[in-house]
Amino acid sequence: MQTHKATAAQPARLNGSVVTATDVTRRYGHGDTAVDALRGVSLEVARGKLTAVMGPSGSGKSTLMHILAALDRPTSGWVEIDGTRLGGLSDNAITKIRRTHIGFVFQFFNLLPMLTAEENVLLPLSIAGEKPEKSFFEDLLRRIGLHDRRSHRPSELSGGQQQRVAIARALVSRPTVVFADEPTGNLDSKTGGEILELLQQSVADYQQTLVMVTHEARAAAIADRVLFLADGRIVRELECAGERDVLAAMEELTAL
Amino acid sequence: MTRVALRGLAGRKFRASLTALAIVLGVAMISGSLVLTDTIDRAFDRIFVESYAGTDAVVSGASSDIKFEGETAESPPIPAALLDEVRAVSTVDVAAGSILEQTAVKILDRKGDPIVKNAPTFGFGIDASVSRFNPLELKDGRWPTGPAEVVIDSGTAEDERYGVGDRVQVATVRPVREFEVVGIAQYGGVESLGGATFAVFDVRTAQQLLDQEGTFDAIQVAAKAGTSPEELVADLESALGKRVTVRSGVEQANEDSEEVAGFVTFIRYFLLTFGFIALFVGAFVIFNTLSITVAQRTRELATLRTLGASRRQVLTSVLVEAFVIGALASVIGLFLGFGLAKLLNWLFKLLELELPTTGLVFATRTVVVALLVGILVTVVAGLAPALRATRVPPISAVREGATLPTGRLSRYTPYIAGVLVALAVALLGYSLFADELEIAQRLLSIAGGVLALFIGVALLSPKLVRPLARALAPVSRWVLVGLTGVYLPVLYGAWLVSEAVTGWTLGAARRAVYLLGGLLLPTAYGALVALVLRVVAGPVPSWLLVVPWLVAVTSILAAALLLLSTPVLLVLRARGAREVFARPAFERDPATEQLARENSRRNPGRTAATAAALMIGIALVTFVSVLAQGMRESNRDAITGQIKSDFVITSEDGYSEFVAGVTDAAATAPNAELVTDVRQEIGQVAGAGQNVTGVDPQQITAAYSFEWKEGSDAVLAELGRSGAIVAETFADDKDLAVGDAFTLRTPGGRHFTLTVKGIYEPPPFYPLLGAVTISRDTWDSLFENARNRFTFVNVPGEPTKEAKRAIDAAVKKYPDARVQTRQEWIDKEDSEFQQFLSMLYILLALSVIVSVFGIVNTLVLSVFERTRELGMLRAVGMTRSQTRRLIRHESVITALLGAALGLPLGIFLAALVTEALGQWDVQFRIPATPLEIFVVAAIFVGIVAALLPARRAARLDVLQALQYE
Ligand SMILES: Nc1ncnc2c1ncn2[C@@H]1O[C@H](COP(=O)(O)OP(=O)(O)O)[C@@H](O)[C@H]1O
Ligand SMILES: [Mg+2]
Repeated sequence: MQTHKATAAQPARLNGSVVTATDVTRRYGHGDTAVDALRGVSLEVARGKLTAVMGPSGSGKSTLMHILAALDRPTSGWVEIDGTRLGGLSDNAITKIRRTHIGFVFQFFNLLPMLTAEENVLLPLSIAGEKPEKSFFEDLLRRIGLHDRRSHRPSELSGGQQQRVAIARALVSRPTVVFADEPTGNLDSKTGGEILELLQQSVADYQQTLVMVTHEARAAAIADRVLFLADGRIVRELECAGERDVLAAMEELTAL
Repeated sequence: MTRVALRGLAGRKFRASLTALAIVLGVAMISGSLVLTDTIDRAFDRIFVESYAGTDAVVSGASSDIKFEGETAESPPIPAALLDEVRAVSTVDVAAGSILEQTAVKILDRKGDPIVKNAPTFGFGIDASVSRFNPLELKDGRWPTGPAEVVIDSGTAEDERYGVGDRVQVATVRPVREFEVVGIAQYGGVESLGGATFAVFDVRTAQQLLDQEGTFDAIQVAAKAGTSPEELVADLESALGKRVTVRSGVEQANEDSEEVAGFVTFIRYFLLTFGFIALFVGAFVIFNTLSITVAQRTRELATLRTLGASRRQVLTSVLVEAFVIGALASVIGLFLGFGLAKLLNWLFKLLELELPTTGLVFATRTVVVALLVGILVTVVAGLAPALRATRVPPISAVREGATLPTGRLSRYTPYIAGVLVALAVALLGYSLFADELEIAQRLLSIAGGVLALFIGVALLSPKLVRPLARALAPVSRWVLVGLTGVYLPVLYGAWLVSEAVTGWTLGAARRAVYLLGGLLLPTAYGALVALVLRVVAGPVPSWLLVVPWLVAVTSILAAALLLLSTPVLLVLRARGAREVFARPAFERDPATEQLARENSRRNPGRTAATAAALMIGIALVTFVSVLAQGMRESNRDAITGQIKSDFVITSEDGYSEFVAGVTDAAATAPNAELVTDVRQEIGQVAGAGQNVTGVDPQQITAAYSFEWKEGSDAVLAELGRSGAIVAETFADDKDLAVGDAFTLRTPGGRHFTLTVKGIYEPPPFYPLLGAVTISRDTWDSLFENARNRFTFVNVPGEPTKEAKRAIDAAVKKYPDARVQTRQEWIDKEDSEFQQFLSMLYILLALSVIVSVFGIVNTLVLSVFERTRELGMLRAVGMTRSQTRRLIRHESVITALLGAALGLPLGIFLAALVTEALGQWDVQFRIPATPLEIFVVAAIFVGIVAALLPARRAARLDVLQALQYE
């Protein structure tokens, strides 16, 4: 059904943008109770890089992420993934884009309780009717640290382990871009650190483009680029910032 | 994806099997109906094939081809002299004459009553010397020779423990006589003849007993080697001419089986109907259950969508789930059908409606139909939930508490439902009142209309749930409080016993006292109630006492059950269980009650669909009971309107004709003031088969009252030889007026011209005389066998018990004659009707049971869904028994909703059908008692359905429940 896409990203576009958003707004509800969650966001996500989105609670991070990941549609503006504009696509076309281009890591893991860890990881491929590439898959499981837990059910795994499974699931189809919404939000600080390390490692090892929403400075510090969101707008941007810079930027934002 | 669906199903085994149960029973009924009727079919086939196995040709009387209400008039006998003519045909090898009588010969049981079970009672005269024509095989003894010997069927021999050498009384056209049983016989390969019996005599004896000296009913012929049956038939036809009918053995077997085949087909469809009703109810349950599970899996489905699952894949996964449930249920149902077939046969036997059977027949067709129908119904019922599942947006994977979006059409549901109901009523009206419809078309459109009506009302019912639940909640409350009150001693007993067995802190002596007290308390209570009842039983109408009697009986039964359950309790104790039965609390609990009411109202669609399943069953039993009440009333009126005599003599079964000699016998009773009878047989009148009755013009008006349209009782005196009285419907139909002439042709082939002398209007529901009535003398001169439909007897004064005894004694030698007062006859008809009703109720109970599963299902799923909420309630102080009460309330409210919807619907349907049956003068009566019982049954259903879900809810671990995501 789906041809296996090229594994190595094309070098010519290695630094090109794979996700672009142009003048995206999102309004929830209508009339007096309407909330403008996004008020015109334009951005580009660079291929093979880890982009973090930061901002105070309610600033529209999740909304932005959902729109970028084609889970939700903007009220105005548009999003392109790997050169394809999402607006106006049929449900089937979007489904195809999800299969090839998008991986998602949820805050609450969203694993299927009746499947084993291995089956959960393989789920995107089996949904698309594809077989995993054996060596890649084994390598992935080893890197993720799950090779000895592959036949466990989610209920038999710790939160950190569950999130590892979820990350492997997002990586397994080698999507153009992986989105992660507060992947450490539901974990203790130590486990969260491990997960962040893993994400950073994955970006490096697989040249995996990753967009991560977080409100932890520590998480943003591992990113190649940090976008700051406030009140539905991108207000600032940092490249390869340290934890201290990020914290400073955040403080500035909240002071505003 | 499919794997996800299957794994999910495997992870919810308990809930999945509950769902499957909804379909199992319907499929079992379908497979059981098919198995049983196939078995009956095969038994009949065997009988007919055996009957003509060694026969190449059969010569019988020229067929009159007169049919009336599905029965064909018997062919007239043929003269015995014809046998020589047959034997003279050159291609004939062997020929033998035989006698076959279907009704007149009755074997008496050991008490002296004739064995009659709504089935033929055969009398055979068989020439046993030509064994190739003999359809029977001996199990014991030998064939009869001479006037005092008989062979009887093995079923009767077993039931009555008659053996070779025993004396047995047999009633025939002659007065009852005693015979020696010289043999026991059966049809080869037929296990049971059902209700039918046979008695075999030698040919000469049979001729004498049946008033057929010098005639045979048939001559069986075998061809010489080298002559085919067809050639033989041709030879016989050319030799014997038009006086007789000649058929090959195969043709004759087909001819015979055709008549019963129609009957068996009718029974097959009759039984299948109940299977389909149960499946229809099951479809509601499946629809509801899958809707709930889909709603509960919203987040999971959304996650799958974010991982790249297409809508089609989501649709398929839900349908696969339905398919697997359907397939599993169908396979189980298929095999359960085996047992159900036996159960149904047993039920038939109980109602004396048993038909012949062989070993159970399991046809491939049964497997295919049961599986196909079961799976199809499940998948179709799953279609709507599956479509809704495809509308789950991926974003629901990340939203807290995301719910299933409502369908595009849901806004229009009330309108669609309204249109559907209107269409259903229109369709029902059309199918019930249109004249030009075939029976099959009519039945199909009625079924379609009822189906649409049920679905329409079910779709409308969510709108009714809120107000109805508000109204019914107090009923449920008082019922439950009342029941707790009434059964308080029983509940205390249960608690004491459970304390005695599972209590950890009690000493041995204490426990013994508890155990004893726990067992004695309900027993003493039941006995006390029973005692009080005995004392006050007099002045209160008896049906009011049903409830207290039930309380008394169930209390004592509960004590016995408690005693029996102590080993179970011991096992539970060993597994660490405590307080198996809670200490009863007899108290009002407004908080719980309010929660229950709100729960049943907060998801009206779900509650409505659950109640709708029960509604169907309740509507159907209500329909049946209202219609039946009207019919019973009409029947009573019809009989009282027509019969004036003190006593009515009928055959034992009430509808067959009986020996005319009964009349003379009754006349010998010292107190018989007037005895007159009604002859009856089928004849062809003015071109149509009708019952033709013969009466004594001088005396009939003393026993039967004519409602004259044209003429008066005086007409009877002028009947003369060729006068006839006709029923108005017949006269209208054939356009006959007084003075018009029409022809009568008898089964014996006689033609006679009759003149209309009077027209009367018998009650259309149950006319006791035939469409055409002539004088008995004319009747006797035209028909071969003098058989009576009725003999009426008047006595001086009241028809007392003594008077009846005297008449009974006078007709004792004709055991098939049943003497009854008019009222007794009505009562007897009532009770037979009631038996038939009971069967309908039992068959409909199947669909009610299915709806119980529906309620259980919904409750279990709701408990599961509300785990967190229940945990919270428990955490803030709700006790286990309050939790149970909460669920029980909700269940009873749902069940009462089902009753509140079903009762009016059933009454409406009954009114409609009553109206349609207007030409038969069916009345419309709403019987109070049965409807009250249905409401009580609905409450019972609610309580029973809540047992398991309430237990599960009460057992939730508070801590776990709160952590449950
Ligand atoms: N489904 C929704 N309906 C209405 N308002 C919403 C919805 N989702 C988010 N919002 C509002 O939009 C704004 C942005 O929310 P969100 O994107 O979740 O912020 P963040 O993830 O940065 O905390 C908030 O004011 C929130 O209340
Ligand atoms: Mg957020």
